[in-house]
Amino acid sequence: MAARNSVETEAPADSKSWTLRVRRAIDSHLPMDHLLPDRQPYYVGSWVYVFGVVTIAALAWVIVSGVVLSFMGPQWWHDSHLGRFFNSLHFWSVQLFFIFMVLHLWGQYFMAGWRNGRAATWMIGVVIFAVSILTAFTGYLSQQNFDAQFIAVNAKDAMNSAGIGAFFNVLNFGQMYGLHIMLLPIGVTILVVLHIVMVRTRGVVKPIDPEGGAQP
Amino acid sequence: MDTPASYFDWGFIHISMPNLLVIGGMIVLFAIALFAPFPHAEGGHDGGKK
Repeated sequence: MAARNSVETEAPADSKSWTLRVRRAIDSHLPMDHLLPDRQPYYVGSWVYVFGVVTIAALAWVIVSGVVLSFMGPQWWHDSHLGRFFNSLHFWSVQLFFIFMVLHLWGQYFMAGWRNGRAATWMIGVVIFAVSILTAFTGYLSQQNFDAQFIAVNAKDAMNSAGIGAFFNVLNFGQMYGLHIMLLPIGVTILVVLHIVMVRTRGVVKPIDPEGGAQP
Repeated sequence: MDTPASYFDWGFIHISMPNLLVIGGMIVLFAIALFAPFPHAEGGHDGGKK
């Protein structure tokens, strides 16, 4: 700690050190009492504010069960009791993820959660929703059963008519599976972390009209 | 489980019963979250300027 303070006092304010500038930016925009608060504003005392964190909890179960499924493979998740259990765990945690994400969306929509400089937080939430739908879609295509084949054969016409069938080929299992277990989950996770950091930076938005007075 | 779902039809609305039940359940859960008392709701700060 003492060493860090000595660096702070020695470095000029206009230092060209990028690490110093990044550290100062983090210190000013995201102090630890914002990142890990021990008290919340009084208006956060409502179950509506729980939907977001339940969505994150569901995402954690999606990732854990997905890692197990990807490690063990399709034969295991179709033919063994434990495999079918993890298959179901993955499926139902995805259902809960989407249900609570939509409930979180309703809550934020009705309280206009984009106010007072929170538009980027809202928009990242919109992008998370879109990327999650794509992730779930590629998941349905990765089941390795007749349901997946049915969805793929029907969806290929939609993709071709949209003009993206050439580079997003739903009949190409390897491409869909790779997207589902690698790129898209990493995308969702990074966006969720960014979303949480942005929420913590500005705090939870105030209610629109808590005491009868106009709120900006 | 292997039989097709029954559908609810009302004017232009055409939705399967399982989907209708999920949406209905979500609306009920949202209403409960709005009105159910939250434990330890008192004692928070005022949230600062914004």
